Amino acid sequence: MNHDTLAIEASEEKAHAHPHVVSWQLNLGILLVLLFLTFITVAVTKVDFGSAANLSIALVVAVAKAALVLLYFMHLRWDAPFNAVALVASMLFVMLFILFAITDTDTSLKNLTPPEGFPTGTMAR
Amino acid sequence: MSTHAATTPARTDSGHAAGHVDAQGDIHHDSHGHSPHLAHHFDTTEQQISTGKLGMWCFLATEILMFGGLFVAYAVYRHNHPDVFLFAHKSLNTNLGAINTVVLLLSSFTMAMAVRAAAMNNRKQLKMLLILTFLGGIGFMGIKSKEYYDKWNKDLFPGAMNVFNTAFDKGTEVDTIKAKDKSIDYIEAHGVPAPGQAIPAANTGKDLDGAQSEGAHSEGAYAAGMHSAAAVQPVGWNYKDPNAGTSDAAKIVPPQTIPGGMAVENIGPKIVHYSDLSAGDRKNVNTFFSIYFMMTGLHAIHVIIGMGVIAWLYFRANEFSSEYFAPVDLGGLYWHLVDLVWIFLFPLLYLIH
Repeated sequence: MNHDTLAIEASEEKAHAHPHVVSWQLNLGILLVLLFLTFITVAVTKVDFGSAANLSIALVVAVAKAALVLLYFMHLRWDAPFNAVALVASMLFVMLFILFAITDTDTSLKNLTPPEGFPTGTMAR
Repeated sequence: MSTHAATTPARTDSGHAAGHVDAQGDIHHDSHGHSPHLAHHFDTTEQQISTGKLGMWCFLATEILMFGGLFVAYAVYRHNHPDVFLFAHKSLNTNLGAINTVVLLLSSFTMAMAVRAAAMNNRKQLKMLLILTFLGGIGFMGIKSKEYYDKWNKDLFPGAMNVFNTAFDKGTEVDTIKAKDKSIDYIEAHGVPAPGQAIPAANTGKDLDGAQSEGAHSEGAYAAGMHSAAAVQPVGWNYKDPNAGTSDAAKIVPPQTIPGGMAVENIGPKIVHYSDLSAGDRKNVNTFFSIYFMMTGLHAIHVIIGMGVIAWLYFRANEFSSEYFAPVDLGGLYWHLVDLVWIFLFPLLYLIH
């Protein structure tokens, strides 16, 4: 190990002796918002907005809670941006997966249903 | 390690005495000239830490994809058989699910505080918060066990042992039908509407394909007034305008109401009873339970693994300091992922309407 490497290490060791720390007030605040959103999630089910809107509202609240956990508890807000890229990419792929599966079942399911009277083996009870 | 000692014996690196104890009470440099926690394939500690984090996030991405597969099954199945979900989800206890959500959120908070304690070099606080997080995991598993037990008591298993599965057989036909009735009653009891809330008058309790055997037992399950036509006969049903057809005909027609007073049109969330289900849907009710047990079961396995990680961190706690707490950080990320998955599972399974 030469002198230059030591100097670099010395300065970055000093820099790293103080990792980024979140204040306990911020953590507590995020927790309270999460608990409030949970309460909203349950309370909103007492009112009926129609089945499509009900599902959308539930998902929007869930995404809001997830965003808070990801950004603050999981530190993504202060992390290297590529970590968030890995995460968002995986979520996009899951959404793509769901989208294609539902589109497929919407269009192809009728081709899979046998016509009336067609024998279907042990499930025909 | 031995090669280093051979080439750099007892040297003093500029500004740092070999093996000195710094203000935080940790041995900061040994004769290597760098922190003992820095692995040799990394240039700096910061690179090591950010690499570890990136690796952990890539792993979390694969976990999201794994649960994503189950969410696809849920999405497709609910899309194709919405009534099955509207009926069968009533077997889930919303209160216990909500309590579980709160428990996991609190444990996520204590985990984030534990990582913070490690970063601030506070070992005592770190250990205490790890214990609290572990207790959160125990609480979650306890409530989940109660939920599973309640269902298994009513023959609501995943797979072939489920009471709604066509393979379900208790030996004799009478016993099978009795078991089915018991389970249907259990599911329906969770979905009893609040007083004053209307029950849709849509169903007549008759099996759609007219098969007598199935129709007979499903009526047996509801005989007690939930579905008798008289109980839900709307009061204004036979309203006839005496001036109908003339120029005095009423322009405002009173809404058709049922004995509770609520208008039939404004009936609130759709309530699906077993007798509302089509014949095809009745054969598929067990699939809801398969999906439920697979999703919550895989999640519960992750909770148990997370608890193992937290316990391991606790027993290693004396190794950690503000200089080196990456395992706490990464273990915390895993626990937060467990919480994240539950944040989505709870509304999608328990709060369907």
